[in-house]
Amino acid sequence: MRFDRALLHLYPISFRREYGAELTALFELRTRQAGRGLPMLALVIGTVFDVTANAAAAHWDVLRHDLRYTFRTLARSPGFALTAILVTALGIGANTAAFSVADFVLIRPLPFEDPERLVKLWERPPGGGRFELSPPNFNDYKAQLHSFAAIGAFHGISVNLVGQGEPQRLSGTALTGEVLPMLGVKPAVGRAFSDADDRSGYDGGVILSYGLWQRNFGGDAAVLGAKIVLDGEPREVIGVMPKDFHFPNAESALWTLMPQVERENTERDNNWFQGIARLKPGVSRAAANAEMNVIAASLAERFPTENKGIGAAVIALRDELSTQSELMLLALCGAAMCVLLIACANLANLLIARSLVRRRELDVRLALGAGRERLVRQLMTESLVIAAIGGSLGIVIAVVTVPLLSRLVPNSLPLADTPTVDVRVLFVAALVSALTGIAFGVFPALRASGSGDLSGLREGSRSGGGRRARLRSALVVVEVMASVVLLVSSGLLLRALSRVEGTDPGFRADGVVTMRTALPRPQYDSNAVRDRFYRRVLDGVRALPGAQSAAYVSFLPMTFGGGIFPIEAGGIPSNGADGRNASLRYATPAYFSALGIPLRAGRDLEETDELNRPMVAVVSESFAKKYFPGQNAVGQRFKFSPMPGDVNIVGVVGDIKVRGLERASEPQMYLSYKQQPGSWFPFYMPKDLVIRASVPMAQLVPAVRRIIHDADPTLPISSVRSMTELVSDQTASRAVQVRVIGAFAIVAFFLAAVGIHGLLAFSVSQRKHEIGVRMALGAQQGQIVGMVVRQGAVLALCGVIPGIALAYAAGRGMQSLLFGVEPGDAATFVAAAALCVLMTLAGSLMPVLRAVRVAPATVFRSE
Amino acid sequence: MAYTQPDIAALIPLPPATFHILMAVAQEDRHGYAIIQDVERRTDGELRLSAGTLYRSIQRMLEQGLIDETDDRPAPEFDDERRRYYRISAFGTAVARAETRRMSRLVRMARTQGLLPERA
Repeated sequence: MRFDRALLHLYPISFRREYGAELTALFELRTRQAGRGLPMLALVIGTVFDVTANAAAAHWDVLRHDLRYTFRTLARSPGFALTAILVTALGIGANTAAFSVADFVLIRPLPFEDPERLVKLWERPPGGGRFELSPPNFNDYKAQLHSFAAIGAFHGISVNLVGQGEPQRLSGTALTGEVLPMLGVKPAVGRAFSDADDRSGYDGGVILSYGLWQRNFGGDAAVLGAKIVLDGEPREVIGVMPKDFHFPNAESALWTLMPQVERENTERDNNWFQGIARLKPGVSRAAANAEMNVIAASLAERFPTENKGIGAAVIALRDELSTQSELMLLALCGAAMCVLLIACANLANLLIARSLVRRRELDVRLALGAGRERLVRQLMTESLVIAAIGGSLGIVIAVVTVPLLSRLVPNSLPLADTPTVDVRVLFVAALVSALTGIAFGVFPALRASGSGDLSGLREGSRSGGGRRARLRSALVVVEVMASVVLLVSSGLLLRALSRVEGTDPGFRADGVVTMRTALPRPQYDSNAVRDRFYRRVLDGVRALPGAQSAAYVSFLPMTFGGGIFPIEAGGIPSNGADGRNASLRYATPAYFSALGIPLRAGRDLEETDELNRPMVAVVSESFAKKYFPGQNAVGQRFKFSPMPGDVNIVGVVGDIKVRGLERASEPQMYLSYKQQPGSWFPFYMPKDLVIRASVPMAQLVPAVRRIIHDADPTLPISSVRSMTELVSDQTASRAVQVRVIGAFAIVAFFLAAVGIHGLLAFSVSQRKHEIGVRMALGAQQGQIVGMVVRQGAVLALCGVIPGIALAYAAGRGMQSLLFGVEPGDAATFVAAAALCVLMTLAGSLMPVLRAVRVAPATVFRSE
Repeated sequence: MAYTQPDIAALIPLPPATFHILMAVAQEDRHGYAIIQDVERRTDGELRLSAGTLYRSIQRMLEQGLIDETDDRPAPEFDDERRRYYRISAFGTAVARAETRRMSRLVRMARTQGLLPERA
């Protein structure tokens, strides 16, 4: 191809067709005049500039023209324009939102240096699941592992910050010096901890999160070097981490160095160190996993009492989320895809119907000499305009709704707690919008007009084309199918949600107010000081009008799953890994009545159960049944490691869901708060206040705050909430998911009904003649109604049957989310089927009415 | 072609290239290259229309109804079958006149302000 002809391709085809020959002739002439050498070069360069500039302008002319035309045609059929835009917006919005959250949680690289080489180190107990590492095991692993460039440990801490206004309770993380350099994130201000700090033994510094820095210090850089008081101990602020740094999750507001005494802890069966490591370049996770398991085996040999049967696991930091959260997000994405599928099918149907209506217009324009290429371009512009408006609207929907989905972000990941819409997801959304528009806008219209026989111009032509009618029916069937899948899925999840909500937690949550007052050490290391505090607060609270009972406990149910200790009972010793264990809580008397846990036998803990008296415990029913089967547990004795001496059971209470509504919980034992010697097990010092009251929370809390403040003005009060709130938090992410998928199902339901409606309405208008003839020949209205409804029912049935099969498969796929509801749950399927009947009837209603109103005379007259 | 005063007013002022092309096809039918040459000659080489600008202007002027394409062609020995010939339309004449009037008014105004010392 010659140079100038090639350049002509930059122009719009219509322009090239019109003026290409002349432009070529002109260029030939100029070439002859220019001859060779410099003038020729000047001509070539000049032509390139001329063509590029003018081609761009010509394209712009065409675009402007097409846009004007598009807006005119869309304004002429606002119903179509609005529906098409809304359908696109819904499809794109649902998908952008769902995939943004999924991308945020599952795919987007973590905001650390080389995040794919960061791993967590775990122990695998023989019963399955995974444990944190015990400090001595961690130290042994660290000394022997060669797969990693760095290994560090951390654990969560809660500290009282005093001196910045109201005392505050903050979550933080204590870590070893390797951790922050390993993550490769530079502090926004100051410096991070390093191995040098570890070596020098300096542990008096603190690093603030950006949020805490802004909230408490107004973002003032002068905070560097300042001393803040954490748990009564002054610490020097050495740095502030950047805004988007969250480790190990969004809750951590500060970081301190782990004190030496913790690192040198020698309890090999007390697992509370989280191990984090960076793989050496070129070492795979599998290889590291294998190496760690070899070391685990040698540790099991050296320390059989604590480590027997315990393996190890190296898990990518990215994968630190439960299969449940992952499945929930995948289900959400699947549902969003169903919505997109339905939206596309609906759009395709709309556009095909429209192309049939516009057939005449297009044929007229062809007959008047418009090039097919101009028509294609025009239709493309139209589709893209619809896609662009719908897509933008969808993106707005997504941006608005994504923060509402923050409940679906698991807090086990080092991520902000609010997901954001990513540019990549937006790009894909835009692409999908454009493709949808082109695929369903241009091709059907072209096929409708492309026959070239201009049959659209012939008056009275009624043919919709058998193939096209079948395609349209198929699209409606797909819509029905996808909406059945969505209806059934949301039904199953809704049933699961109500089943989880219906689970008896073992206590009565209503009327219970809770708050946390953690007692700082070492001030509260002495029993006498602690007792005085508890007595003052509890006596004060119990005297408040409306307060029925009040108590302190180590941890409220459902807030902390740990505290599991091996139980030695009935002469059977335990190594902790054999499942003979129980969860430990220290409590004050009246804890059971405050929380409404029924006392089954024996007595409650009492004020007389003091340190110098025999050690007593109240245990749960499952504890009694497991360790003293067939016997009366009251009066029996047991031991739990590492507590020396026997514990006497004085009472049995009902079981509660310590680990949350959806998980199995270990048997429970409650020990008297007075029998926690000195600073032994400080983590278990009762800190959660439980109050059962008949007055509203808003009235009660200020009074309680005053009482606590009078008892110790430096104590922060945190986590003030009702017990019902705490229980409903258990189902919060489920509830969000059900609501979202339910909303998708409702949208799908309506879109499918609209699809059925559109197809039947079209077919009725196409068959008006036939209906007229039938009625003229004496057909009853009932027969006509039957004819239309039958067509709708066949469509619905064709969609429902495969839909049910797919829905069952989807149910099987998310079985672990269903909390025991069968994926083939009959009630759900019957309800979904009933809704489909409703959908078909609703979709058929208008067309039926139109059909029976057909007056034979008018039909014949119009022919 | 029927046209109204507002139709004319909508196109005024004309882009210089459009006005020159109208002048080029006012007296006789011309093809594209002839238009370029005519404009160049009349402006003493000051305005040299590029091929792209010319045909884009022609396309727009056809759409606006300022010029028409004509089927009258010169004798075959002077013709190139790839060429197309254009002539000014009645509407084009009206628009060109209106533009001329606008410009003369402008010149008169400039003169009263002493911006044009002597008659050209």
